[in-house]
Amino acid sequence: MMAHPAGPYLGKDLLGLEELSAEQITAILDTAEPFKEISERPIKKTPVLRGKTIVNAFFENSTRTRISFEFAEKRLSADTVNFSATGSSVSKGETLVDTARNLEAMRIDMVVIRHGASGAARFLAERIASNVVNAGDGRHEHPTQALLDILTLRDHFGRVDGLKVCIVGDVLHSRVARSNIWGLRKLGAEVGVCGPATLLPRDVGEMGVTVFRRIEEAVEWSDALNILRLQLERMKSGFIPSLREYNRVFGVTSARLEKAPRDVLILHPGPMNRGVEIDSDVADGPHSVILQQVTNGVAIRMAVLYLLAGGAPERAEAAKGGGVS
Amino acid sequence: MRPVLIRGGRVIDPSQKMDATLDVLLHGSTVAEFGERLDSPEGAEVVDAAGLVVCPGLIDVHVHLREPGQEHKETIASGARAAAAGGFTAVVAMPNTDPPIDNPASVGFVLAEGLRAGAARVYPSGAITVGQKGEQLTEVGELVDAGAVTVTDDGRPVMNAGIMRMALEYAQTFDLAVSVHCEDLALSRGGSMNEGLVATRLGLTGNPNASEDVMIARDLLLAELTGGRLHIQHVATRRGVEMIREAKARGVRVTAEASPHHFTLTDAAVESYRTDAKMNPPLRSEADRDAVVEGVRDGTLDVIATDHAPHHYDEKEQAFEDAPNGIIGLETSLGLALTELVAKGVIDLPTLVERMSCAPARAMALPGGTLRPGSPADVTVFHPDAEWTVDPARFLSMSRNTPFRGWKLRGRPVRTVVGGKTVWEGAAG
Repeated sequence: MMAHPAGPYLGKDLLGLEELSAEQITAILDTAEPFKEISERPIKKTPVLRGKTIVNAFFENSTRTRISFEFAEKRLSADTVNFSATGSSVSKGETLVDTARNLEAMRIDMVVIRHGASGAARFLAERIASNVVNAGDGRHEHPTQALLDILTLRDHFGRVDGLKVCIVGDVLHSRVARSNIWGLRKLGAEVGVCGPATLLPRDVGEMGVTVFRRIEEAVEWSDALNILRLQLERMKSGFIPSLREYNRVFGVTSARLEKAPRDVLILHPGPMNRGVEIDSDVADGPHSVILQQVTNGVAIRMAVLYLLAGGAPERAEAAKGGGVS
Repeated sequence: MRPVLIRGGRVIDPSQKMDATLDVLLHGSTVAEFGERLDSPEGAEVVDAAGLVVCPGLIDVHVHLREPGQEHKETIASGARAAAAGGFTAVVAMPNTDPPIDNPASVGFVLAEGLRAGAARVYPSGAITVGQKGEQLTEVGELVDAGAVTVTDDGRPVMNAGIMRMALEYAQTFDLAVSVHCEDLALSRGGSMNEGLVATRLGLTGNPNASEDVMIARDLLLAELTGGRLHIQHVATRRGVEMIREAKARGVRVTAEASPHHFTLTDAAVESYRTDAKMNPPLRSEADRDAVVEGVRDGTLDVIATDHAPHHYDEKEQAFEDAPNGIIGLETSLGLALTELVAKGVIDLPTLVERMSCAPARAMALPGGTLRPGSPADVTVFHPDAEWTVDPARFLSMSRNTPFRGWKLRGRPVRTVVGGKTVWEGAAG
């Protein structure tokens, strides 16, 4: 196996925010700052990862996360290959461990993995020497999504410490929720969760969050709401009676937000179900930072790839002109 | 066959309230006599058991030997040898093979393969319902005639309470225990580990205690209603233990198992998605484990059984939710019971022998579980506190899926005698 650098800031892999320290999370956010500028240039490219080979292994459908990673990789000049489960060896019955070994045999530097099974990213990371970035594993973690959410909060409020952020909706099935809980808590934010009890995981309060039964209470408490996508199949499995009722009881509407004692920042990891978990006038309203999240996503992913490749946060600005030193 | 004289061991036989340093003489396939200083008959094999425990052969009433159909995991022969290496003289093989053991010919096959293995005795169990589908009772009488010692749908719980009622009624004709895996599938929702904080953190679907408790409650009520003999497998919850304790006090005819992993581990063992800690019922909380330990201590859980569930390493080398349930247990069971229960002062050695030999024999109405003269010469000789390290590479089982790899245990089997014949012998140290 080739030895791949364990970056001094993150180690070999980024599997989740649970195992990161506040310092490491802050380092990623800080590193993302200089990388934001690259996407604003006419020529959106820097040779930071020139010669590095990255495989985007998406075993589960994804549009925006895959595209966001791909842009991050290309803007850092890495060579990238996309791999999706449909039409691949996976659909021919290849096991995850064989897929991992085959990727390894092609001497790649990094794998970005999205997989439907919780723990799949760790499974891969334990078996290959390449750096592994978790782009979402089952219901476990989606660290880069939470990092971009937190960066967006920090951009807006100038701090994370002391913020009250409530995650709304299907927390049970959400990797975004878990990563946000870890990341926000480590940086000193207070975290709430709100949703029907059928969609809140058992003992979630023991993760250090406040549980709100009613969206009205959550709105009153929060500086920001991170509104999760409601998978439409949850209705079929009986977690909620109907989408209509979900919107009536838990939907984030301007009528509810108007009653808040302060302006509440609106985040949504997408894709949105307008009229279900979020009303259009909220999504498109003045307090929505949903598109800034998308913009920040590319910078966060550039920062993560750069740090895993051995880069240092304090050299990120200088590195934009050249490779990882 | 040469007579066997087991000399100078600590003979523990709770069936006769015996615990003394004695000689035991096996003649032919039966126990001949015991005494303080027996003469060695002409041509006898003399076994020095000084410092060792000699007891009625250990019996594991819950093992999966995978044959027919999944011989890449285990065969009846390899499983019977692994059992002998674990100090067991008899096992009860679960019927969830492919095809399931739901007809007399299949029962006969298991019996014949078990005899052919020439290691631990293999007693077949039959399915409760045809194809383990939970719909129609099997021909229980035919299965019994062919050699089945219990009926069970094991991992595929009979969800229809009416069918379970009839099974408990019908089995009484043959005074047969109906052995049940208690799980309400609608509540467990395919959960791959215990519902709780660890599952929440790992993002795994949880299987709540209530899934198990609801079915334990149902089956206890049905046993009470019918007067049938109920055997509850691998109890893993605090409430489950409590309900069984109450039911026994009311006179319900119920026996129940504790498995070594449930009295040793909690769901913390699943951290980092360890598939070797994935089984059903899952490892649960500290409070649940403590209740299982207490159940073993006070006899609410009268039987220690492994739920030995071999899987090929390819099958466990998967993402957690994709990996199959089950761990092997035959070759670590005695060591874990001695380490976790006896060495920690929960139970004494006679109680251990009661839980691992006498009670299992009674629960399934098997011969054995006693060293009374005239009973089968099934004897286990074990060292009560020799230290050893679990090394799955040395297992006789074909599979290696154990969470106890590398564990240091105290106490291990030394010799396993079945029908007067030594079928396994290990180092005495």
